[in-house]
Amino acid sequence: MEAVAQPESAAQPMAIRIRNVSQTYHEGHSSIQALDRVSLDVAQGSFVCLLGASGCGKSTLLNLIVGIYQVSSGTIDVGGRRVALMFQEPALFPWLTVQKNVEMGMRFRGVSAPERRSKALDLLRLVHLEAFAERRPHELSGGMRQRVAIARALSQEADVLLMDEPFGALDAMTRDVLHDEIEAICCRTGLTVLFVTHNVREAVRLGDRVVLLSSRPGRVVAEFPIDLPRPRSADSVPVTEMAAAITNRLREEVRRHGR
Amino acid sequence: MGVDRSAIVESESLEQEIEGLDALDVPFIEPERKLRVFWRAAWPKLAAVGFVLAAWQAIVWLGWRPVYVLPGPVRVFAEIGELMGTAKFWSAVATTLQRAAAGFGLAIGIGTLLGVAVSRSRILRRAFGSFITGLQSMPSIAWFPFAILVFKLSESAILFVVVLGASPSIANGLINGIDHIPPLLLRAGRVLGARGLASLWHVVLPAALPGYVAGLKQGWAFSWRSLMAGELLVIIESRPALGSQLQFARELSDAPALIALMIVILVIGILVDGLVFAAIEGRIRRRRGLVDEGA
Repeated sequence: MEAVAQPESAAQPMAIRIRNVSQTYHEGHSSIQALDRVSLDVAQGSFVCLLGASGCGKSTLLNLIVGIYQVSSGTIDVGGRRVALMFQEPALFPWLTVQKNVEMGMRFRGVSAPERRSKALDLLRLVHLEAFAERRPHELSGGMRQRVAIARALSQEADVLLMDEPFGALDAMTRDVLHDEIEAICCRTGLTVLFVTHNVREAVRLGDRVVLLSSRPGRVVAEFPIDLPRPRSADSVPVTEMAAAITNRLREEVRRHGR
Repeated sequence: MGVDRSAIVESESLEQEIEGLDALDVPFIEPERKLRVFWRAAWPKLAAVGFVLAAWQAIVWLGWRPVYVLPGPVRVFAEIGELMGTAKFWSAVATTLQRAAAGFGLAIGIGTLLGVAVSRSRILRRAFGSFITGLQSMPSIAWFPFAILVFKLSESAILFVVVLGASPSIANGLINGIDHIPPLLLRAGRVLGARGLASLWHVVLPAALPGYVAGLKQGWAFSWRSLMAGELLVIIESRPALGSQLQFARELSDAPALIALMIVILVIGILVDGLVFAAIEGRIRRRRGLVDEGA
């Protein structure tokens, strides 16, 4: 299958355009190809889940989009949109209170102190943590920290939010609640999300579209539009059935590496 | 995509679930009473002091050395009381503390600049990295002959050696602290738009603070030591200082005064360490969740 994304309806502007991006790492004498001619479009306001087994270069791709890494081959165009990135770990600054953590990005943009404060409190209200504004990250649970990280990412007023397996380390119950939460936030704000995960059901639960990447090197091998009505539940029958179909396709991919 | 999302609003039950999970995750802990906390920290220290005094008194009673060489604690504490009644003693303490503050302050400035420069530049690190560690291991008293040669018997000679003794430790502490910052925090900073000086001030330095404070603490110990060595050697007539008083006591074979001054020097060192650095370190550890609450 050729690695070209399905064009979405022409009227919808694209938030991210990725064209033929390849990336190779060199480590001593060996080199690893992380991405191989990946092309992908993410429509503005859509929620796209990138799904793949280990070694599919998911995190590499996000780092390229946000500009931490330089693209060595191909192009990535975000059309001047502001892009925020959330990591697998909350990566909060342990010396700051929850509120100051959320203010950090605004501080770098030169937002005035009173505006920062009120904005941070608004965002904390959005993730239901306004009561914990003065707490420090270590006092919170993993799920709460990840919600602070969501608020911090949103504080960048980004149009595009990249999420790198953000709920991977959380217990199932907390993850379910956060799925509801992020869905509600996206619907309210019209945010474009590119969400990396290796959890198929999570991808189907959240995504408007699920993009399957192959491993070593990462390449787009299949795309699945998810036209299920929202709000969804990860345990509902249509989500489970869809997830089962995608899982089969994913296992096929993994088997190719097993011999 | 043809999915209508406007209908999705957060339900009240979701809000309640979130609040429920949060309340289970973050229990409210009743703060302990201050007096009890203080007593629990203080009694082992008091017991240790009592033990040392008893051992000292026992050695005096055993007659290991004549009393005019090794007086007992009662005699020495009476001497401390007497000393504290004289203006000369307080002026000596003031002089010594002034020198300590000036030397340590200058060392903080130099050590910090050096630490930032070396940790940020690969070339500077190659050039000066091991040099700083070498300087740190050099006994400061070995600098005094040179310092006296260059600065004569002056305040500058003392200041020079105190700064040289303390700043490598401070620089090394900061370098260590910066080296041990989790890369993820630096990436988080970069993603949030931290660049250059803003990144240094808001991300790098706070993240390196524990190592920096450890360096400051060690720097203080080195500067206090260097200062005492300096005051024994560089005696300025018009300015009585703790170290020079110690030297006079030895010359006069005034054992009670000598031991009394040693105790004063020790207590000042402990007080600075205990009141200043232990407080800062404890605060940092508590804030960052590095204290095991169960222990």
